[in-house]
Amino acid sequence: MNNRRNFLKKLSAISVLGASSFSLLNKFSDNTSLAAVTSSSSEKNKVRWGMVVDMRKCKDDCELCIDACHQVHNVPDFENPKDQIKWIKKAPYPNLFPSKNHQYPSENVKSKPFLTFCNHCEHPPCVRVCPTKATFKKPDGIVEMDFHRCIGCRFCMAACPYGERSFNWRDSRSAIPNIDRSYPTRQRGVVEKCNFCSERLAKNQKPACVEVCPEKVLTFGNLNDPNSEIREILKSNQASVRKPELGAKPSVFYIL
Amino acid sequence: MKIYDSGKIGLGLIFFIALVTFPFWVSIGGNKQMPELKMPDSAHECVESKEFMRTNHMRLLNQWRDSVVRENNYIYVSSTGKSYVKSLTKTCLNCHSSKEEFCERCHTYASVRPYCWSCHLESE
Ligand code: SF4
Ligand code: SF4
Repeated sequence: MNNRRNFLKKLSAISVLGASSFSLLNKFSDNTSLAAVTSSSSEKNKVRWGMVVDMRKCKDDCELCIDACHQVHNVPDFENPKDQIKWIKKAPYPNLFPSKNHQYPSENVKSKPFLTFCNHCEHPPCVRVCPTKATFKKPDGIVEMDFHRCIGCRFCMAACPYGERSFNWRDSRSAIPNIDRSYPTRQRGVVEKCNFCSERLAKNQKPACVEVCPEKVLTFGNLNDPNSEIREILKSNQASVRKPELGAKPSVFYIL
Repeated sequence: MKIYDSGKIGLGLIFFIALVTFPFWVSIGGNKQMPELKMPDSAHECVESKEFMRTNHMRLLNQWRDSVVRENNYIYVSSTGKSYVKSLTKTCLNCHSSKEEFCERCHTYASVRPYCWSCHLESE
């Protein structure tokens, strides 16, 4: 009896000690990561790049934007679906908006291929899990990749709730139809995705997909500027984001 | 104290040390010629001094990469006040037009293998 009592006493003492040291540790790590997040939080910044996709105007069989993006970024073209790399693609409505989908979807979404690419989330889960800071959020709201640092662990792919990341299983150079020598290719073993054309924004150009679309489906702009074209569109239209219940706060908005 | 088979052990030791130090003594008096680099004909100064670049080009490139990728900062202002675009392929290779005759000669000599070219491309 006495033994058991002593044992329980010790056990509780140890667990109290353990729990308190854990919360102490957590406090430290929380503070540092919070500081990192707030310093790069786009809400406080002048610019937060975003996109509106007006699906009412998008033609089902047109893929000009996909071709343009994959051309300027040297995205390889593999046949095997397992190897495929996509910065921007088309997918069915239920894949994009699973919680909005129901038994009797309206005609305009039912069989329509929806454009999808990285949402450059305000709270990107991919960035939280990356152990090397290879993927990170820039002050302008863009979730960027630093391929030099990517170790190919694919945590980010597991974390992205939108399936917007692709892994380089193979050497890509042999599968790039027309290599653009002004933009790098990627090595085997790194993850890649849409970068909102950071390299073009630096030259005051719009993203390649936006520029090429003849139907003006895509509107790119600064979400933090209340007078920008993109904010005007959002003011006058009912727009949706993908999986809002997750709280990742996408910067890509859809008009259905 | 008596060492058994001291002769054999001594011989073995000498052989072992000789083997381990092989790379050192085999290169004594050998070919110490530095690699000859092809300098650009058009440009006469680099973004920083020759001495600085010789020892620090890799650090400078890393800084350039971090500030371009992470801070959207594309312009490098050198210690002499000149501005350059931070780009390996567009700035460095613009003057050093052949990586084979410039980068690689030294890298091969020093036996370093940077992986720049597994992603970046030389312009044609
Ligand atoms: S695969 Fe690369 S980018 Fe993704 S979490 Fe791992 S290191 Fe980060
Ligand atoms: S859509 Fe996916 S890859 Fe893009 S920022 Fe959000 S979580 Fe990251």
